[in-house]
Amino acid sequence: MAILVDKHTKVMTQGMTGKTGMFHTQQCKHYANGENCFVAGVTPGKGGQAFEGIPVFDSVREAKEKTGATVSVIYVPPPFAAAAISEAVDAELDLVICITEGIPVHDMINVRYKMEGKKTLLIGPNCPGIITPDEIKIGIMPGHIHKKGKIGVVSRSGTLTYEAVGQLMEVGLGQSSCVGIGGDPVNGLKHVDVMKLFNEDPETEAVIMVGEIGGNDEEICARWIRDNMKKPVVGFVAGLTAPAGKRMGHAGAIISGGEGGAEEKLAVMEACGIRVTRNPSEIGKLLKSVL
Amino acid sequence: MKIHEYQAKAILGEFDAPVPRGLPAFSAKEAVQNAKKLGGNTWVVKAQIHAGGRGKAGGVKIAKSFEEVEELASAMLGMRLVTPQTGEEGRIVKRLLIEEGAGIEKEYYAGFVVDRNSQRVVLIASSEGGTEIEEVAKKNPEKIEKIVIDPGKGLLEVDAKAVARKIGIPEEAMDEAAKFFDALYRAFVEKDAMLLEVNPLVLDKDGKLFALDAKINFDDNALYRHPEILALRDLDEEDPAEIEASKYGLSYISLDGNIGCLVNGAGLAMATMDIVKLYGASPANFLDVGGGASVEKVTEAFKLMLANPHLQVILVNIFGGIMKCDVIAQGIVEAARQVALTVPLVVRLEGTNVDIGKKILAESGLPIISANSMMDAAKLAVEASRSK
Repeated sequence: MAILVDKHTKVMTQGMTGKTGMFHTQQCKHYANGENCFVAGVTPGKGGQAFEGIPVFDSVREAKEKTGATVSVIYVPPPFAAAAISEAVDAELDLVICITEGIPVHDMINVRYKMEGKKTLLIGPNCPGIITPDEIKIGIMPGHIHKKGKIGVVSRSGTLTYEAVGQLMEVGLGQSSCVGIGGDPVNGLKHVDVMKLFNEDPETEAVIMVGEIGGNDEEICARWIRDNMKKPVVGFVAGLTAPAGKRMGHAGAIISGGEGGAEEKLAVMEACGIRVTRNPSEIGKLLKSVL
Repeated sequence: MKIHEYQAKAILGEFDAPVPRGLPAFSAKEAVQNAKKLGGNTWVVKAQIHAGGRGKAGGVKIAKSFEEVEELASAMLGMRLVTPQTGEEGRIVKRLLIEEGAGIEKEYYAGFVVDRNSQRVVLIASSEGGTEIEEVAKKNPEKIEKIVIDPGKGLLEVDAKAVARKIGIPEEAMDEAAKFFDALYRAFVEKDAMLLEVNPLVLDKDGKLFALDAKINFDDNALYRHPEILALRDLDEEDPAEIEASKYGLSYISLDGNIGCLVNGAGLAMATMDIVKLYGASPANFLDVGGGASVEKVTEAFKLMLANPHLQVILVNIFGGIMKCDVIAQGIVEAARQVALTVPLVVRLEGTNVDIGKKILAESGLPIISANSMMDAAKLAVEASRSK
């Protein structure tokens, strides 16, 4: 069934009646089995309305009870997005995918604190979402560049993920699922969490891992792969030429023990047996070479 | 967003964290007036720029008379201060902080950051104050203490004291240290900071603790709820190109190469810079045009890049997803006409309607070099820069 979502998943859209929410709900509804997957929208105060034939509810709990939706996608503007995630966690959804970019970090710290011990998983925020090609697309990625196949993709970036998918298509490889985990420092699923799911997924044969400078998620994932992964993984890390200190805050690098630079990440990944490339236009070819 | 030391100290003061008495000055005359207001017989004249390492670069001096305050202030205002954090071009000093002289017994380090791994705020402290904490981390990592703070409980007194003890703050100052750390933590959370550093945190000869220097960086995404912080923004300290870019929703960072990169998405933008480097040239900038590469945005992006005297080639790399390549191609053509390009333009389009997009570029009559992949684009851009 690929990972996390498939053609049977029932999804609600939080912030469906906003401009972004409307546009992408429409796009997702018209992708593969979207017609049957996108069953509810949530906008407080707009319960009883409908968009594209999808009923709008006042709360996540109500949308879940009335439609059986277990997954939510969030397009709510940044000042209210953390509260939207919290509402979905309180309603005990299985998975929340937060597309919203620009949520204050301290809001996310509080959300993550609240999520501890709860069943809900979070993808994002500030991410393109997740797609299981030819079944379901939840997010803002262009659906038609994908096709069903056996390669898993996990990435912190949006368009760079599309680039990797485009390269897979060029070498004739489809994808099991593609997950954009987002670029924010405090977020939900990390590379390692998604990698574990791909490892267990019978439909995934190999994985592309796309990283970025900052933090040490890639290093943590690489070490897990070394000890546990049963499938080949190839990697790329963006930001070899990024100037130090411009995006990474100064003292942040101390906590991660000097990790965080692209070169350090690539070195750790290589040492853990992951085939990496420093050329972002060779990700697809590299993956094909390890099959 | 960054602020000046005197502004950071004012914020710490609001949270009852002790700081030396001081006043900002914009002229030598004002510096002397402030010294008189403060009284005493020793003052510190401190250059206010958004970069550390000021002391060694000559941006912090001690004055023993009003005449000396005036002399130092006159010399410092307008000077180009070059520190390891400013780059070679340095920063022109336009503001000063005049502070009362302080007796120093011992220097410590205290900082708060958002930690990605624990997804929480972390307090970092060290007995090695007054030097760059990165240096301490490299040379004496055992001298760095960290505690992860539970967002529900805040910084507990027992934890604050444990850290204070570990870094060698004397027992007599323990209550004060706990209060000090608590004040810093509250300021960090309430003001939506990303980084708060007190370096050095000073213990004076009377056993009192205070912040001799202070630095706070704020979360740009939270500024909407902090007009009081936004009011502290000093545009003189920011790159004019980056300020201009932010007006149009472009994310731009100046770099020192000569190939201008215009890309949609931060990850792809970094990857484009990387591939330019891989083929032997250097990027002139990081530029993320965002999801909607509209004519207006592309035009402004071109203008920004063309204003850079080192620019030799523009490389556009767009993966058109939801936004179709034909729309993007029209935007690029229109923008190129509006700004009268003076350098070669290499364009790589991929995604929806890419063939129509390429046709629009080819039929525009503009000397656009069309590329078929990222690698192709990088090679063509580097070649074009060499033949120039």
